[in-house]
Amino acid sequence: MSDPVVDNAVPSGNSSVAIPTDISGQILDLDEDDDLEVFSKGTTLTEGSSFNASMQTSPASLINQYKFEEEEDGDADTKDIFVTVDNPESIVTAIETFVTYRVMTKTTRSEFDASEFEVRRRYQDFLWLKGRLEEAHPTLIVHPLPEKFVMKGMVERFNEDFIETRRKALHRFLNRIAEHPIFSSTDDFKIFLTAESGELTSHKKQGPGFLSRMGETVKAVAASVRGVRNRPEEFTDMQEYVEAFTQKIGSLDKVSQRIVREKKEHLEELKESGPIYTLWSQSEEELAEPLKRMAGCLDSCCKETEEQVKELNDHLIPVLHEYVLCTETLKAVLRRRDNIQADFEAKTEALAMKKADRDAESKVLSLAWDSLVGRSPEEVKQQKQQKLKGEIKEMRVELDKMEDRMEWANNALKSDWTRWQKVMRTDLRSAFVDTAERNVNYYEKCLAVWESFLHSQRTEAEGNGKVDSS
Amino acid sequence: MADSGSEEIAVIGNTDLTPSESENNLKNTMVEKGTSLLKKMEISVAEAEKRTGKNAVNMQETYTVYLIETRPVDAASEGTNPVPDSLWRRYSEFELLRNYLLVAYPFVVVPPLPEKRAEFVWHKLTADNMDPDFVERRRVGLENFLLRVASHPVLSTDKIFYSFLTEENGWKETVFETGFQAKADSRLKALNATFRVKNPDKRFAEMKHYGDELQSVISQLLRVRARAADRLYGVYKVHGNYGRVFSEWSAIEKEMGDGLQSAGHHMDAYAASVDDILEEEEHYADQLKEYLFYADAVRAVCRKHELTQFELEMAAQDLISKKQQREELATGTVRTFSLKGMTSKLFGQETPEQREAKLKMLETQIEEGEELVKERKTECNEYVKSAWVDIERFKEQKDHDLREALISYAIMQISMCKKGIQVWNNAKECFSKM
Repeated sequence: MSDPVVDNAVPSGNSSVAIPTDISGQILDLDEDDDLEVFSKGTTLTEGSSFNASMQTSPASLINQYKFEEEEDGDADTKDIFVTVDNPESIVTAIETFVTYRVMTKTTRSEFDASEFEVRRRYQDFLWLKGRLEEAHPTLIVHPLPEKFVMKGMVERFNEDFIETRRKALHRFLNRIAEHPIFSSTDDFKIFLTAESGELTSHKKQGPGFLSRMGETVKAVAASVRGVRNRPEEFTDMQEYVEAFTQKIGSLDKVSQRIVREKKEHLEELKESGPIYTLWSQSEEELAEPLKRMAGCLDSCCKETEEQVKELNDHLIPVLHEYVLCTETLKAVLRRRDNIQADFEAKTEALAMKKADRDAESKVLSLAWDSLVGRSPEEVKQQKQQKLKGEIKEMRVELDKMEDRMEWANNALKSDWTRWQKVMRTDLRSAFVDTAERNVNYYEKCLAVWESFLHSQRTEAEGNGKVDSS
Repeated sequence: MADSGSEEIAVIGNTDLTPSESENNLKNTMVEKGTSLLKKMEISVAEAEKRTGKNAVNMQETYTVYLIETRPVDAASEGTNPVPDSLWRRYSEFELLRNYLLVAYPFVVVPPLPEKRAEFVWHKLTADNMDPDFVERRRVGLENFLLRVASHPVLSTDKIFYSFLTEENGWKETVFETGFQAKADSRLKALNATFRVKNPDKRFAEMKHYGDELQSVISQLLRVRARAADRLYGVYKVHGNYGRVFSEWSAIEKEMGDGLQSAGHHMDAYAASVDDILEEEEHYADQLKEYLFYADAVRAVCRKHELTQFELEMAAQDLISKKQQREELATGTVRTFSLKGMTSKLFGQETPEQREAKLKMLETQIEEGEELVKERKTECNEYVKSAWVDIERFKEQKDHDLREALISYAIMQISMCKKGIQVWNNAKECFSKM
C-alpha cells in the first residue's frame, strides 16, 4: 500500500514515500480504500474524541487504538521511546558550513528494527520533519522549532550560546513529537530517528514537487479568500482564545527579557562597589576588616546574581519564547481548518447549483440548435440529463469525502487542542514554579552571606572590638 | 560666610531605620557620652514648616523653617512631660552657627550640616529642596548635627550654641557681635592660600592625606550606589508588569485562572516593596554622606595646623634674618647683600650715630621677634595638642559610626532578602496551583 497519494483525512503512517498534501480537497485516490473505509462517516468517528493513529493498514486494527485522552496520565510509565539531541558539531564543506546534532533514540516499540539508534541531523532536517508532519496533519498542532535566524543582536549561527540554545529547543521539539500519539507513530518520524544520512536525503527527495506545492498554496489562498460561512462556535472561541493568548504570552516574553536586562545592568553596578570597599579598607585600621568583609559579601552577591540571570536565560526565557512561536502554529492550524471548511462549503454550493441546473434543464425544451444538428429534442434532453446526473453523482461522492475530511479535521483539532492546552499548562506552570524556586534560592544564598557578615561583626564587638578575623 | 566648600553636607537619619538594632544607636551613643549639656537637656528638631516672607532684596521667597525643641532632662524622667521650649530656625541660621564654630574652634573637627542640595540622587528623588522627602531627611540631619555638637566636649560648652537653642530673637546679632566674621574671612583666605611648610607634624600630614582618600572613596561609593539603586528600582518595578499580564491572562484561562491571578498579586507586592527598600538604603547613603563632609572638616583642621606652623616658621625666619643684620652691622661685615650696604659703599660709610640708631632699632625688633616666635611656638604647640585630641576623638567616633553603618546595611540587606524569600515562596505556591 505504498501509493503516493494521501489525503489529510488519513494518517500518513503508511507511506514510506513522500506524499503531496491535499489541502484543497482533491479527489481522494481510491486506492486508499482501506483507510478510507475506516474514516467514512458513521463507522469509526465517535464524538471527535477517539482518534486512530496506527501504522497498520487493516481497518479493524485501526479502530480502538490510541485514544487521545488516555494518553495524559501515566506517561512516564508508558513511555516507550526516549530521544535526546546533543553533541553539536560544526561541519565544513567546500560549499557551506553547518552544525549537526546527534540524535539518539532508545525505544521498545516493535515498529523499530532495533532498540537503539544514533544518527546525526542538521537544522534543515528538523525543518523537513516539521513540514512533513504539518502537511500530513494540517489541523494538528506541531510544537515549534527554534527560529531560523536570530534577528536582534549580531548572533552568529556558530556562536556557542546560540548553538546550545538551539540544541535544547531541538531536543524539546523532538520530545514533544515523541510524546504525541499521532506524530510519534508516523513513518517520517521513524525515518528521521533511524535513517542514515544518505537514506534520509533520498527519502526527502521524494517529497512533493515544487509545482504541486505551488498548486497547494494557490488553492489555500483561494480558500482563505473565500472565507468560512458557518464556523462552529467552538472554533470561534478557539480563535478568540488564541488571539488573547498571543498577546499575553508575547507580553510575558517581553517582560521577562526586560527583567533580565535590568538585572544585568544592576549587576554591572554592583560589581563596582566591592572593589571600592576594598580600596577604602586600605586607608583604614580598625575599619579595614569590616570593609574587606563588606567587599567580600558584595562580590558573593554578585556571583549569585549572575547565576540567577543565567538561569532565567536558560530556563524561563526559552520556554516563553517557544510558546510565542506556538501561537503562530495555532493560528495556522485554525486557518487551515477554516480552509477545509470553506472548501467543503464551496463544494456544497457547487453541488446545489448543479442540481438547480438539472432541475432547470428538465423544463427547457431543446433549442433550435439541437434540431439543426439532427438530434431529436427528447434525445438531447435525455443526454443532458444523463450527463448532469453523472456529474451530480460524482460531486456527491466527492462531497461526502470532503465532509468526512472536514469532520476528521475538526475532531483532530479538538482533541489536539485539549492535548495542547494540557501540555501548555504543564510547561508554563513548571517554568514559573522553577523560576520562583530559583529566586527563593537566590535570596536564601544572599541572606546567608549577609548573616555571616553580621555574625562576624557581632563576634568582633564581643571580643572588645579587637580587629581579628573570627 | 561660606567655608571652604564644606557646607554641602548631609547627615544620617538613623532614627528611621526600622528593624535595625542601630536604629537609635547613634543618638544613644551621643547621649550616653553625656556632656554636661546633654545631661541637662533633651534636644530635637521636631518639625519642618514652609514659610513665605520678604528676603534681603525685598522679594517674596518660600523657605523652610525647623522647630528646635529643648526639654529639661529631669522633667521628662519624672514623667510630668511639660511642654518643651521651642523655637524656629531656618537652614541659613544653622550655617551661621557652624561658621561661627569653625572660626571659634579651629582645632575642632566640627560636625557637618546636611546637604544644601541633594546630590548623588538616583532618579526617583528630585533635587528639589521643597520635596517633602528631602525636607524630612534634612530635618533628621539637622537634629543629628545639633546632637553631635551637644555631645562634643568642647563645642557643647559654647554660649552661642546654647543661645541658638534657646533664644529665638536677637541670636543673629549676638553672633555678629563676636566679630567672628572678620576672622572668618581671613581664615578662608589663609586656608586657600598655597604655602610650603618646612617641618609639618607628620601626623597631620597623614591625617590630611587620609581625609583626601576618605572623601574620594566615599564619593565613588555614593555614585555607584545611586546608579545601583536606579537599576534595582527598575528590576523590581518591571515585575509589576508580570502582575498585570498574569491578571489579564487569568481571565482567558479556566483551570489556570486562580493560580495566575493570585501569583499576579504577589508580583505586584514584590514590585511595590522596592520603595521601602530604597528608602532604607537612603539612610545608609546619608550616613556615608556625613562622613564625606566630615572629611572636609578634618582636612580643615590639618590645614590650620599647617598655617600655624607656617606662621611660626615665618616668624622664626624673620628673627634669624634680623639677627644676621645686627651681626653685620656690629662687625661691619656685609655678608648679605643689601642696597643700603651698596649705597654706603658707593657714597661712603654711615656715621657712627646712624649706625647706633640702626642697631638700636634692630635690637627692639629682635626682642619683639623673639616674643613673637615664643608666642607662635606656644600657639603651635597648643594647637597641635588640642587638635590632635579632637582628631583622636573623631577617629574613634568615625570607626564606631561607620562600623554601625555597615552593620545596619547588612541588616537592611537581610530584611530585603527575607521579604524576597517570602514573596517568591508565595508566588511559587500560587504558580503550582496553575
